[in-house]
Amino acid sequence: MPKIEVKNIYKIFGSRPKSIFPHLEKGMSKDEILEKTGHTVGINSASFQVEEGETFVIMGLSGSGKSTLIRCLNRLIEPTAGEVLIDGENILEASHQELLRMRQKKMAMVFQRFALFPHRTIVTNVEYGLEIQGVEDQIRREKAYEVLEMVGLKGYEESMPDQLSGGMQQRVGLARALATDPDVLLMDEAFSALDPLIKKEMQDELLELQAKMHKTIIFITHDLDEALKLGDRIAVMKDGKIVQIGTPEEILTDPANAYVKEFVQDVDRTKIITAATIMRKPDAVMAPKEGPRVAVRKMEEAGISSIYVTGKDKYLKGLVRIEDAVRLAKEGKDNLEEVIIKDIPTTAPDTPMVDLLPVAATTSYPIVVVDEDNKMLGIIVRVSVISGIIGRGD
Amino acid sequence: MFTLHIGPAFEALIDWLTDNFSGVFDLIRKVLMSGITGLEDILLFLPSLILIVIFALVAWKIAGRGVAAFTLLGFLLIVGMELWPQTMKTLALVMASALIALVIGIPLGIWAARNDMVEKFVRPVLDFMQTMPAFVYLIPAVLFFKLGKVPGAVATVIFSMPPAVRLTNLGIRQVPEDVVEAAKSFGSTPRQLLYKVQLPIATPTILAGVNQTIMLALSMVVISAMIGAGGLGSEVLKGITQLKIGLGFESGIAVVILAMILDRITQALGGTKSK
Ligand SMILES: Nc1ncnc2c1ncn2[C@@H]1O[C@H](COP(=O)(O)OP(=O)(O)OP(=O)(O)O)[C@@H](O)[C@H]1O
Ligand SMILES: [Mg+2]
Repeated sequence: MPKIEVKNIYKIFGSRPKSIFPHLEKGMSKDEILEKTGHTVGINSASFQVEEGETFVIMGLSGSGKSTLIRCLNRLIEPTAGEVLIDGENILEASHQELLRMRQKKMAMVFQRFALFPHRTIVTNVEYGLEIQGVEDQIRREKAYEVLEMVGLKGYEESMPDQLSGGMQQRVGLARALATDPDVLLMDEAFSALDPLIKKEMQDELLELQAKMHKTIIFITHDLDEALKLGDRIAVMKDGKIVQIGTPEEILTDPANAYVKEFVQDVDRTKIITAATIMRKPDAVMAPKEGPRVAVRKMEEAGISSIYVTGKDKYLKGLVRIEDAVRLAKEGKDNLEEVIIKDIPTTAPDTPMVDLLPVAATTSYPIVVVDEDNKMLGIIVRVSVISGIIGRGD
Repeated sequence: MFTLHIGPAFEALIDWLTDNFSGVFDLIRKVLMSGITGLEDILLFLPSLILIVIFALVAWKIAGRGVAAFTLLGFLLIVGMELWPQTMKTLALVMASALIALVIGIPLGIWAARNDMVEKFVRPVLDFMQTMPAFVYLIPAVLFFKLGKVPGAVATVIFSMPPAVRLTNLGIRQVPEDVVEAAKSFGSTPRQLLYKVQLPIATPTILAGVNQTIMLALSMVVISAMIGAGGLGSEVLKGITQLKIGLGFESGIAVVILAMILDRITQALGGTKSK
């Protein structure tokens, strides 16, 4: 069962929202409907499913309905029609009591402009969710300290929100959302108001936290970089409709229509995507002294045909192919050194993607991202994707 | 030519109300009367010097040393001008009226902030109340409650209530939308939203309304004295009607002193809360 299932939801703003359905059926556009009837189509028949532990990114231009859609999930905005199932329970049919319980226990929201309570200290901001549930002072205070430490704000408990920088305020926003242990995090452009560097830091931190917590995250952004970095899947919205849902690769290589294509291009031209942005962790890594049998087993486990060998401090030694490791094992030899392939493509983390293209075209191995000390940082596998986006740019 | 008088209809309405609701008016009259005289009795029971020290201490606690000194000297001057009992009577009337205005006005403002229909209805009524000359409120007050302190208090309540409603409504509506959303997203009940988020954030604005209400109540002192509310207002009136310039001046000064003290103290209340 998916964690969240949204079925055909609509949100129409105006005095008689239901009267707009016939117009929508006839295929009238959002602009036409606004002009003729004065109603705004916020969401037009959106459907999607989000699996437990998934980060689902919703992307789209301003006014495309992202904020409206995410608010339909916790009914901060009441959809005009449709279903929103959370753990199979239709939240739109929930009574007031049930709705409050679901908001208290199941989901929490992080806001673009942080939306901290200005009259409360940092720690009482974080405690808020537990406080309204009637959790004892002592217990909620402990929990608040714990999550504040988790987001790196130990020592700021008694400060007021306006004494903190934007990045720190959003850490409080995140801590406040995590304090109630929700399954689902709703993040509406949570990092959009931050400086680029702080933004990147927060993204990395979210990824790190997510690796431990495995929350189900709905993340809204209009930044392609951010979507690619955080999203397991991405939905692209236009005029209240979801025009495409897919993995980052699918969105980039196979845009469903001109809108998505343009979206992808647009962001592309303005941003420089670097190796660090698109690299990921290798599936398996081993030390040279572990020997050929360990190499074979690790490759089998990960379902891959070659493995990276790194020395002390992740110093990159090279790569071993499965056939070589098997041969060594059969011959009863223990020393991997002789079969390590040293001539593999590497790149620095700040290399722009454009420069990676020629490298990608001439090698059959992934490109390894290393720092100046030849320390392995990650790998870039989807070279085809990269060539796909860049090829489209000009 | 064409004539149309709506006055008789109004008269008929008042008659009908007094005929059918005299019990209600009597009750209101009794409650108000005992409230105001009770307050007066307390203020006049203590020797003036002791009370002045108490006032100065309160002023010190809330508004600091400067206001405390001013309170002390100002009230001593009033004692010296032999206007202390009148001043305390005026204070009792103003406090009672402002309190009633706040007790009605603040909840009304909260209601208006949380319900657009109510706001739509309340807003023009407030505009009407504020543009109406204060004298006009004396008419129904006298018709329902005769002469004396009670109709004075009633007219004062009506006249001083609008800012309490207006600024409470404004303060709550000014709470940023996303902060309200944040509170809701954690599953706050409407009550929790109000008490834990909206009211605390709106407090400085509401206290500005409290200040304005008290100032307006004080500005009714002379007008309500015209229907026998007594206190400093009657001294001012005496000064005017009997051409006793000295008395008129002294009692005018006493009103100003009282106004300044109340103003500074209630302003400080708002200031310290918002810090
Ligand atoms: N309360 C409202 N009343 C009327 N129209 C609204 C309301 N809220 C949103 N809309 C309209 O619904 C559409 C979608 O708005 P929404 O805020 O969801 O867009 P968005 O994708 O979040 O945009 P942004 O990137 O600017 O935040 C817009 O056309 C907007 O004008
Ligand atoms: Mg938005």
